[in-house]
Amino acid sequence: MKEIVAVIRPDKLEDVKKALETMGCHGMTVTEVKGRGRQLGITESYRGSDYRIDLLPKTRLELIVNDADADKVIDTIVKTAQTGDIGDGKIFISSVEDVVRIRTGERGDNAV
Amino acid sequence: MDPVLNSGDTAWLLISTALVMLMTVPGLALFYGGLTKKENVLNTMFLSLIAFAITSIIWVLYGYQFAFGSDTLMGIIGSPMNLLTSGIGVDQLSTVATTVPEFVFIAFQMTFAAITVALISGAIVERMKFSSWMVFVAAWVSLVYVPIAHWVWGGGWLFNLGALDFAGGTVVHINSGIAALALILLLGKRKDTRLLPHHLGYSVIGAGLLWFGWFGFNAGSALTAGGLAGSAFIVTNTAAAAAMISWVIIDYIKTGKPTLLGAISGAVAGLVAITPAAGFVTIPVAVIIGLITSVVSYFAISYLKPKLGYDDALDVVGIHGMSGLWGAIAAGLFAAPFVNEAGVGLFYGNPGQLWIQIIAVVAVAAYSFVVTLIIGLIIKYTMGLRVNEREEIEGLDTNLHEESGYRI
Repeated sequence: MKEIVAVIRPDKLEDVKKALETMGCHGMTVTEVKGRGRQLGITESYRGSDYRIDLLPKTRLELIVNDADADKVIDTIVKTAQTGDIGDGKIFISSVEDVVRIRTGERGDNAV
Repeated sequence: MDPVLNSGDTAWLLISTALVMLMTVPGLALFYGGLTKKENVLNTMFLSLIAFAITSIIWVLYGYQFAFGSDTLMGIIGSPMNLLTSGIGVDQLSTVATTVPEFVFIAFQMTFAAITVALISGAIVERMKFSSWMVFVAAWVSLVYVPIAHWVWGGGWLFNLGALDFAGGTVVHINSGIAALALILLLGKRKDTRLLPHHLGYSVIGAGLLWFGWFGFNAGSALTAGGLAGSAFIVTNTAAAAAMISWVIIDYIKTGKPTLLGAISGAVAGLVAITPAAGFVTIPVAVIIGLITSVVSYFAISYLKPKLGYDDALDVVGIHGMSGLWGAIAAGLFAAPFVNEAGVGLFYGNPGQLWIQIIAVVAVAAYSFVVTLIIGLIIKYTMGLRVNEREEIEGLDTNLHEESGYRI
């Protein structure tokens, strides 16, 4: 099993959710977060003074998927969340040792 | 001929009173509230609200009487007859607005006093103790606003000198701008002095309500529902529009992009600048006043403020002080006798008016600065002016009021 953590543009969340649903991937945890990449945020100007806003609002998705589905899920997120501009975000993938469904006590792939 | 109540004038002044009230609550509260950090939005709005309440009480207890009572002490202060408004009959006409009941005029002037002190709050947000603000409001209205209102409007020495201030460029805007400067010099800088509005949408709504209410402020100051009110109304709108366009052009020149905060800042600066001149100038002059005032305020905010290093959080000094100053001078330059025979400016053959305007500006600024400083110093060394560092960092809403603007 893999944990997929995707940090994406907030306005892309609905598109990503819909695309993942279409491929049968329903479970996810979504958090509103702030962050920055290599460009160190953006500049805003108020009454003639410039301020660097170095932490921008982002949306963080966490999904646990079976190994077989991981690449397809990652490809879908990339395809849907991509604009080609700076600030599209990143995806982090890591292995998960085990998963437990609290309601039934099931473990492993069956609990995903 | 004895004065006779005019129901048209009375109705217009009642509406104007309500319009000016709307400028403070919610206009100013939203305008300022949107510009602060989200941890301070409620405190910022509360400063305006409580200022309105405290001033409302002071005004009817003794404020109006000292400001507009018959002149005494060589034009320094009015004679306080009718304390607590006792002895004023419901149908008694005002001696200033002679076709309107005195209670209506009292209410109208009350809203001016309230917004003037509320304006100061924009400079001191995010760091002043709420209790100290309440004491400051009471002291400042009593010791600064009331005497200055008497000097300029209530038959005092500047009134007798012939100073022109149609709706409050000197009494309201220079006064509040300079008082704000005195208070922030005592308070010191915030830890985070950036102007990063947490909700510009609030500020746009607030600025819209200010603009709307300003018609009562300026056109109401004609004190009659006639041609002068109409003239004041349209020059007010014209100056605000010109100033907004002017600020947007400056934005384009300086940064390449128009900003919404710039646009509404320009509109407010235009409204401020036309205020002292609103009943004295022509419509084309209103365009000139509006176009120039954004340059004046923009210069003050983007050059003077960083150069001098004072922390005028929401630019009360830069917008109200500086645009008020320009408007007061402009009245001395452009007052046209065919608009209002009470005002003849330099360009209509009366250079002495400009000199009178300068005396009025300097006198009001000096008095406001010194007395505000004294009030501030007394509060600072008794109850303290500033919140502690932890409260400032965490925000005033939760620490001073145990409330939060947003729970999402």
